[in-house]
Amino acid sequence: MIPPTRWLPMPVLSLLLLLVWLLLQQSVALGQWILGGVLAILIPMICRPFWERQPTIKRPLKLLGYFFRVLGDIVTANVQVSKLILDPRGRMRPAFVEYPLTLKENFPITILASTITMTPGTVSAHLRLDGRTLLIHALDVADTKALIDEIHQRYERPLLEIFES
Amino acid sequence: MIDTALWIALALFCAAIVLNFYRALVGPSLPDRVLAVDTMYMNSIALIVLFGIWVNNKDYFEAALLIAMLGFVSTIAICKYLLRGDIIE
Amino acid sequence: MLDTIIEGAIAFMLIAGGAFAFIGSLGLTHLKDFYMRLHGPSKTTTLGVGCTLIGSLIYFSREDGPIIQELLITIFAFITAPVSAHMLAKSALHHKLKPDPRTRGNPVELESEKPKHTVEEAPQGDSPLP
Repeated sequence: MIPPTRWLPMPVLSLLLLLVWLLLQQSVALGQWILGGVLAILIPMICRPFWERQPTIKRPLKLLGYFFRVLGDIVTANVQVSKLILDPRGRMRPAFVEYPLTLKENFPITILASTITMTPGTVSAHLRLDGRTLLIHALDVADTKALIDEIHQRYERPLLEIFES
Repeated sequence: MIDTALWIALALFCAAIVLNFYRALVGPSLPDRVLAVDTMYMNSIALIVLFGIWVNNKDYFEAALLIAMLGFVSTIAICKYLLRGDIIE
Repeated sequence: MLDTIIEGAIAFMLIAGGAFAFIGSLGLTHLKDFYMRLHGPSKTTTLGVGCTLIGSLIYFSREDGPIIQELLITIFAFITAPVSAHMLAKSALHHKLKPDPRTRGNPVELESEKPKHTVEEAPQGDSPLP
């Protein structure tokens, strides 16, 4: 999105730090801007060696759409899980599902795993590094094939377009 | 109206913490206990925020932020310990 | 009129948050095995706490302008909850906790008797290790 330069190795992180600083201080006075700006430049420069390569966001608008879709799904997921928990008969069909990943980079995989955990009936449990499969535990699933297809269509394909297309 | 809602929410969160405490005491395995304590700190964040509404003071938000950060870091640290503990024999 | 609507929204957020958190803890208490218990806290409690924080945000923004710093905790909670759930599931797999007998599918992680590697140290594939 924003090309990195020598002074700003991670522009998005710097922007985020400045924003969080201003939110924490609850003021937009000039002094806070200067202090936050200095921190936003210094902190990425100091901790740069610890970071992996930053992913490039190819389509920021799509990312926004993805964000709102996940937000909506979180609410439906919660209603669904609440129903399952409160069901007195406890009719659940738990299953371990192995999900084959097509994503390659670490950061999109992290986002996918987090999304899977927050959305209906599934928790990502384990990532195998060589086989490129993600182990998922599902609370109530009738058809594992359908679950894999749904995750692929709904979450992985947009991420693929956003980060790696 | 808000007062009533506040009382109901406080009661629900206290009940939730009691349930977590039960799981932390009984929990058959270590990850169970860690999970219970993890949930307990999440609930205590909400409890502190509700207390802030009760006394009408918004500074309690900082305490909640601190609990959120420390709780997350300690959960991850304990998980790391559980993952590595078996390896060093 | 507007005040009533705002108060109603705050009250709804607080009660919904409390109810979700309570259901999450109920799931933690009465579900059968660890992997099922993980679902309650990781999703429901997070949304419960998020709802409560948004209610508090509206409450304090009512008097003197918008105060959005409570949104920080909400965002933080939503980012960190999946990570800790993942770590807990991983440590449970490492300890080889038994899943409920109804659970379909048996992952390799639960089968082998001796743990040879962790993910951090060496790759671990579908093939049985020597």
